[in-house]
Amino acid sequence: MAWVIFAILSILCAGAVTAMIVSRNQAHNALFLVLAFASLGGIFGLLEAPFAAGVQVLVYAGAIMVLFLFAIMMFDLREAGPREKRRLKVVLAGGLGLVLLAELVLAGRQALSAGRASAAAGGDLAHLGRLLFTDYLYAFEITSLLILAALVGALALAGRREGE
Amino acid sequence: MIPPLAFLGLAALLFVLGTIAFFVKKDLLVQFMAVEIMLNAGNLAILALGRATGKADGQALVLFVITVAAAEAVVGLAIIVLVFRRRKSIRTDDLKDLKG
Amino acid sequence: MADLFWLIPLVPGAGAFVLLLFGRRMSRRWIGLQASLAVLISFVLSTAGLVRLVQARSGTGLTRTLLSWIVSGSFSTSITFRFDELAAVMALVVTGVGFLIHVYSAGYMADDKAYDRYFGFLNLFTFFMLVLVLAGDIVLMFVGWEGVGLCSYLLIGFWFDRPAAAKAGMKAFVVNRIGDAAFIIAILLLLTAVGSSSLSAINAAPAAALLSPALVTLIAILLFVGATGKSAQIPLYVWLPDAMEGPTPVSALIHAATMVTSGVYMVCRLSGLYAASAAASSVVAWIGAVTAVFAATMAFVQNDIKRVLAYSTISQIGYMFLGCGVGAYAAGLFHLVTHAFFKSLLFLAAGSVIHALGGEQDMRRMGGLRKSLPATFPVFLVGALAISGVPFLSGFFSKDAILRSAFAGGRYVLYALGLAGAVMTAFYMFRLIYRTFYGEPKAGPAPERHLHESPRTMTVPLVVLAVFSAFAGFAGLPVLFGDRANIFGRFAGRVLRPVTHHLAPSTEVVLVLAATLSALLGIGLAFVFYRRSPAIPERLVRRFPRAYRLLAGKYYVDEAYEAAIIRPLVRGSEQVYRHFDLKVVDGALNGSAAAAGLAGRGLNVLQSGLLRDYALAFLLGAILFVGFLLI
Repeated sequence: MAWVIFAILSILCAGAVTAMIVSRNQAHNALFLVLAFASLGGIFGLLEAPFAAGVQVLVYAGAIMVLFLFAIMMFDLREAGPREKRRLKVVLAGGLGLVLLAELVLAGRQALSAGRASAAAGGDLAHLGRLLFTDYLYAFEITSLLILAALVGALALAGRREGE
Repeated sequence: MIPPLAFLGLAALLFVLGTIAFFVKKDLLVQFMAVEIMLNAGNLAILALGRATGKADGQALVLFVITVAAAEAVVGLAIIVLVFRRRKSIRTDDLKDLKG
Repeated sequence: MADLFWLIPLVPGAGAFVLLLFGRRMSRRWIGLQASLAVLISFVLSTAGLVRLVQARSGTGLTRTLLSWIVSGSFSTSITFRFDELAAVMALVVTGVGFLIHVYSAGYMADDKAYDRYFGFLNLFTFFMLVLVLAGDIVLMFVGWEGVGLCSYLLIGFWFDRPAAAKAGMKAFVVNRIGDAAFIIAILLLLTAVGSSSLSAINAAPAAALLSPALVTLIAILLFVGATGKSAQIPLYVWLPDAMEGPTPVSALIHAATMVTSGVYMVCRLSGLYAASAAASSVVAWIGAVTAVFAATMAFVQNDIKRVLAYSTISQIGYMFLGCGVGAYAAGLFHLVTHAFFKSLLFLAAGSVIHALGGEQDMRRMGGLRKSLPATFPVFLVGALAISGVPFLSGFFSKDAILRSAFAGGRYVLYALGLAGAVMTAFYMFRLIYRTFYGEPKAGPAPERHLHESPRTMTVPLVVLAVFSAFAGFAGLPVLFGDRANIFGRFAGRVLRPVTHHLAPSTEVVLVLAATLSALLGIGLAFVFYRRSPAIPERLVRRFPRAYRLLAGKYYVDEAYEAAIIRPLVRGSEQVYRHFDLKVVDGALNGSAAAAGLAGRGLNVLQSGLLRDYALAFLLGAILFVGFLLI
């Protein structure tokens, strides 16, 4: 059963990304991406990480992609111009991508064979919460500062129209 | 039980797809989106490995990654807005001031 | 005070340092004063040292090692100064005559714009010369040897914007260098054979059988080749006549009294080697004698007053080598001392004449100056009489000592050559006197000629030198007057091998008469040719035109050297320049520069400014990195 869900979700995700690559309309790209993120959220759930899944859907698919859509609408861009000749570089990138894929799979296999631990402790939320506030306390607090900084930075950068 | 390797494989695939997207696209904005894809692929990998080792640390890490990605997206978009205001174009082929 | 003898070279050296660095900012008066004072101090110290040596009566003199200089493996040299009788004589000559010339220069060079540079170099020269004579070590002596060569170059070419002067300076330096090369080879041979560079060790080496006889001869001859360069003997004398382009006081100091005599000093200093090799000593004596006559013949036809004196110097130094070559080192040294007096006197007096005539040096445009230069003429005459060997003046005693030793040693041909040279010396000297001071004044009324006597800074040294030229001979009276009469001989003999020839008193008297007659003969001939019947020289020139041209052309030696050595060398180096320097060296340099440029431009391709390309690089790096981790 889990396999079926996994298959559906993964095909959805990969397919959405591929569609994003193919499509030339930016709004379409963004929407495909939303689909991809949502399915990824599902996959997170399969990994027994419900909190991560939730956050993914809320923040990524919900907030970040919305931001992107705002930006797209603001720019009001036409369709991209004629395709220039960059076949070579694209092919090269494709080739290198394949190589990278192979490498990463190998690396993954190696990583898994290295440290075999016991079965999962599961998606115990309370345990996660405890972790966040003890071992990763500093990181937790600093990320909140980081968000604040990003907020201020964005305002400072683009908050003012030129000429005001 | 789905083996962690499957998830890792998917993560690798997504990462590579994101890379290819980055190279294929001409828009700065869409390239930025491709970077987000890669980040997500990384998240997936972290979770998969976290599950394989049985610790909950993976989830904590993913939380942080997502948060940071959000902050980064904010600032990045602000910069892109500025670039667009200046150049009236966000096509990366036009932005080659660093040509050396 | 005698213990401070090691300051003798250093005081002028410090003076030179100050003058060369700060001379521009110093007043003329102070420059002249400081320079002369430095040499005077050295003179005083030398005198103190002399007194100590005289009182000591025997011994090895004063030695002082300043510091250890080179220590390399088994070879070590230190900076050691030695003040023995030989060094004392030389030091006194250098500082005494040097002081007088410094004073003279203050007047002579008064209008020159590079006053500070002149005195700086003069002091520097004094420093190096004193290092040379006080060195206890052959390597240190060579430092002085080279240093005086350098200063000679600097001072000959002092007016370097005159092409003739610049060329003359270079010629002097290069010819000297050739001699120096031989000298260096000799030093190397000595170091390997003897193992020590100290002069006393070297002198004792033949006796200690450290050197085979053949080796001793070879070394001695090589050293002598160096001496022919420095002391202007055959074959390396060609630079000295040209060196007259320099200021006259320089000619007096360097090219009459001191630098050119350093070869003689060297032979005397290393008399241990020369006494051990009859072959080498013969070479020295023969070259000396032949040079003496050879140079004298060229002096017959020179019209430039300084050139006559230059050839005269070459000739007289030949006498000194003749003396050393027959074993009479003390006699050679004695002639060195008297020559220093009268030759520098002659040069300085000639400078006085030239100065008065506004720069004229050609005797054909002189004449009748006896009345116009009442102070210069008498001292000039004294010098001329001294050099001609007129009895009781200094030259007579010193030349006689040399000729006597030659005769007593059975070297009759050498003696004959020396005697002939004496006649010639008197002849050309008085030719000069008659043409310059007697006869009709041929100098035209040009505006820059102020026909007056020179200032006192110039005339007083002349008088002092004249006094010495006249009376110094009495320090070295011939044995005729008793064994104790030869003060100089006995003093120098403490270090130099004493002469052991004895002649019957009657023979001595005959020799003395012969010397006197030769001097008078020469003077008489000059009188006939240039005073009584001036037509005779012209008739001789017409009768023997080729002989005249040979002499006037200096036997075409310069031309021969030019054709045989200089031109091939220059052409050879031009070839090397074109094929090696330009193509290989410059090519390599330019090539590497071009390569760097090429590499840069090549790498520039990567800097497209496009985001995509940079990302590609990232990707590549990531792949490699992960791959590396996998392996």
